[in-house]
Amino acid sequence: MSDTTDSNGTSGSNGAGDTDGTAGTDGTSGTGSADVTARTGSSAATDSGSAEEATEAAAQSQLSTAPVEEAPSGPKLSLFGWLRWFWRQLTSMRVALLLLLLLSLASVPGSLIPQRNASPFRVAEFLQNNPKLGPVYDRLQLFDVYSSVWFSAIYLLLFVSLIGCIVPRTWQFVGQLRAKPPKAPSRLKRMPAYTTWRTEAEPAEVLGGARKLLRGSRFRVADGEGSVSAEKGYLRELGNLCFHLALIVMLVAFAVGQLWSVEGGKLVVKGGGFANTLTQYDDIKSGALYDYDDLDGFGFTLEEFHSSFEESGPERGTPRDFRADISYWEGADGPEKKASIEVNEPLTVGSSKVYLLGHGYAPVVTVKDGKGDVAFRGPVPFLPQDGDPNLTSQGVVKVTDYQDAKGKKEQLGFVGIFTPTYGIDEVRGPHSTFPGMKYPAIFLSAYRGNLGIDTGLPQSVYQLNQRGMEPFETEDGDILRQSLRPGETMDLPDGAGSLTFERVERWATFQISQKPASGWALGGALVAIGGLAASLFLQRRRVWVRAYAGGDGRTVVEMASLGRSESAKVPEELGTLAERLRAGAAPLPSAPERDADDGPDDTSDHDDSVGPSADDDGPRRS
Amino acid sequence: MNLAAADNQSLADLSRVLILSAMAVYTCAFVAHIAEWVFGSRSRVARTAAALAPKKKSPYTRPTEKETEAAAGAGTTVLEKPEVVTRSALGGRPDLPDGTGGGAGGDEQGDVYGRVAIALTVLAFALHAAGVLTRAFSVTRAPWANMYEFSITFSMVIVGAYLVLLAAKKNVRWLGLVLVTTVLLDLGLANTVLYTESDQLPPALDSVWLWIHVSLAILCGGLFYLGAVGTMLYLFRDSYENKLEQGGKPGGFATSVLERLPSAASLDKFAYRINAAVFPFWTFTIIAGAIWAEDAWGRYWGWDAKEVWSFITWVAYAGYLHARATVGWKGRKAAMLAIVAFLCFLFNYYGVNLFVNSLHSYSGV
Ligand code: HEM
Repeated sequence: MSDTTDSNGTSGSNGAGDTDGTAGTDGTSGTGSADVTARTGSSAATDSGSAEEATEAAAQSQLSTAPVEEAPSGPKLSLFGWLRWFWRQLTSMRVALLLLLLLSLASVPGSLIPQRNASPFRVAEFLQNNPKLGPVYDRLQLFDVYSSVWFSAIYLLLFVSLIGCIVPRTWQFVGQLRAKPPKAPSRLKRMPAYTTWRTEAEPAEVLGGARKLLRGSRFRVADGEGSVSAEKGYLRELGNLCFHLALIVMLVAFAVGQLWSVEGGKLVVKGGGFANTLTQYDDIKSGALYDYDDLDGFGFTLEEFHSSFEESGPERGTPRDFRADISYWEGADGPEKKASIEVNEPLTVGSSKVYLLGHGYAPVVTVKDGKGDVAFRGPVPFLPQDGDPNLTSQGVVKVTDYQDAKGKKEQLGFVGIFTPTYGIDEVRGPHSTFPGMKYPAIFLSAYRGNLGIDTGLPQSVYQLNQRGMEPFETEDGDILRQSLRPGETMDLPDGAGSLTFERVERWATFQISQKPASGWALGGALVAIGGLAASLFLQRRRVWVRAYAGGDGRTVVEMASLGRSESAKVPEELGTLAERLRAGAAPLPSAPERDADDGPDDTSDHDDSVGPSADDDGPRRS
Repeated sequence: MNLAAADNQSLADLSRVLILSAMAVYTCAFVAHIAEWVFGSRSRVARTAAALAPKKKSPYTRPTEKETEAAAGAGTTVLEKPEVVTRSALGGRPDLPDGTGGGAGGDEQGDVYGRVAIALTVLAFALHAAGVLTRAFSVTRAPWANMYEFSITFSMVIVGAYLVLLAAKKNVRWLGLVLVTTVLLDLGLANTVLYTESDQLPPALDSVWLWIHVSLAILCGGLFYLGAVGTMLYLFRDSYENKLEQGGKPGGFATSVLERLPSAASLDKFAYRINAAVFPFWTFTIIAGAIWAEDAWGRYWGWDAKEVWSFITWVAYAGYLHARATVGWKGRKAAMLAIVAFLCFLFNYYGVNLFVNSLHSYSGV
């Protein structure tokens, strides 16, 4: 009794290499083929025990294509030996796991430190506020985590590991598809699920019935001596392989999408237009391999912009709806088509997508010079201040072509804010109290001098470079400031001219992007999910049926099954199969236990005489 | 228009009242569970200790009640279903008996309190679900636009899943106390720190993908939570079993509590099944989010904080699944990974919503 139990115990922990002694609910998984090698070397088992265990190990082998685990011992010192060792390590489950953990760890800093890609301003701010730490971070590429050398290194290694793992597994799987289910282990009773009964039917008859039953249940069936082996659930393995292959496809698609992508932004005032060429963009960035000649040829005009906001309640002012109505054309001058773009509904033209990103107000002003001639007329987009839901906006009216009353050439700048719904208080000064246009006003101060546009330095259209400018002053010596309602005019002192606030126009910002291989990424993702579902929900399992003449001349039928990982479904299925098999091999009432348990080649195994449960590791009924 | 608004306001108020009443009933359920566990401590059936105590032979030779049953029952009558005897795969610890009946541990009075607790939980769940529904009607949309709404839905999913498992006759009564405690905490937080008046959705959130992405995220979170509880308890129970196996003598309190839990193997299996089953759905949640992001922001993946942490959570769970198939990582180490993965999920919810500057900051607080 004790020798089988002991050998069972030792070989169990041997085979699984399970030194931490935890309950290996997944005990058979991933180590099937390792078991064989580990066991043959096991000297703990008695001779008869090891033979039996070999069949048991064989019964479990090749139930998955997981790579054989090797101890992380050093290689022999040849170059080839090193390479081989390195490759083995790289493609092992352990290293894949470590790489996965590293990858998640490496993603963390990018979520906590501002990223150049997403918020360049916050990066600049960070650098300014942390003069010591900032440059260190910068050197460590912590502002560009997801394109950093170290992040790329991890995922490239994972990628190589993935390929190195998946290719051999695929071959192995093809081999398994051709092979027959392994023959029945000598002691079926030791399989994870087991059932037995005695019947009047002849063994051959029972086995024939079993074969038919299992084939009918879409098992792959092979005949053994006095037994039938069957296997099912290859789809699980296939699913797992597809999942990992799909990961590769997705990774490649991401890379392609990055390298050949282009993304630009454009602010368009209502009535204004845009043509998709490099020079028209306000800002544009592209992947390393993108060629700007490949921009899709199209253009559009912003015909109308609608917005609505919550009018009342605690979330008064929360945006409800934005819509840009445009007309667009493809090619140089294709036919005009109408379309609307909403926040979640981009327009697709060719391989480009046009998104509605933001919106705001552009006061339309007329500036007259000292001679009374119009020096400037048009809408000037004002930009909403960061984080103000009520769209208090800042902007500058720049007048480059101006002469004062005496005919002296100069430039004018009007700086200030626009409020769609004007309000003022002590703390904030003039500000907007609602994002919709209920009471629009602008609040401007006027400057004269040199705008500095010709210096060649890049300059924001939304900011005034005050270096070459001096403010107009009122009679009391204050800086000239004035708030205007539509239709009102601000006169500059000494007949220097005037600015009239005519009305307000809307503007919208659009993002135009081209990202190739998105379809591949999506396809890969869907296959990955399918594969994953098959891999996690299906069971690969084996069923054996043995029938032989027992001591009293009656036939003993034994059935056992084994799943790749433990699942309640496997014993359940065995029960159902047994029930159906019993239809043609009706069970007899209970008989002395030993008949039911001693198999024909089990004669050396006397310990069973105590009872069926005596040497079991605590069997349960399910 | 105004009438409708007033209507909505009263619905929203009703929702609040329902949620608060649900909390009151959960509190009663909590008290009943405490009573269950206190009375349960009177019964001292240390079956695990018995099964593991004399280390060498006992687990393999000593027939438990169930074994004998199985043997006696094998194929007695023609019409009876075949008896299938199961055993754990080779290696590892023998199957140990599971504690059943939750905290009562076989004590009759404790069991009565346990049943009362479950009945109260069912009642509280009904109120809770009604609260979530009225909230949805009050805003005439899916109730998932701010953290208050996420939170109340999240705990509803947890309790719902637990009740479904109970109804399916699974051995999950041991979950009750922890679960009710968490739900109370979650609802408490929701009603104080996270409370937001009901309102419409900002346009960026208004999409069919809201339904798919957010509802799945909440569902996955609730189920991952159950898995995490299973894993935590597995770790405790496993230490306990290890100690017994090495001939140690765990403290009286540990014995009293842990004896009433399922065996480490069962807990581990419970956690694994949940996590494995949820993982494909979590994968789909992320993909749905990417599709939505493509529509809303013009890129399917932008390493926004929320995206980063979803990814980290995903990789951590994938790591857990891998670990279970990797020699030297099975068991406790894999369990630790599962805990870490769930913590990542939690951080993604609380941490990113409240503290990190993200496009996804819809906390409403
Ligand atoms: C890089 C090398 C990789 C290797 C060598 C590898 C290997 C394996 C193997 C052998 C299995 C089957 C385990 C079993 O039979 O139980 C498996 C399953 C799995 N792998 Fe990977 N994999 C790799 C990468 C990945 C990656 C990058 C992911 C995704 C994040 C991933 C996710 C999974 C999942 C979810 C399973 C299912 C686990 C289960 O069946 O319980 N693998 N992997």
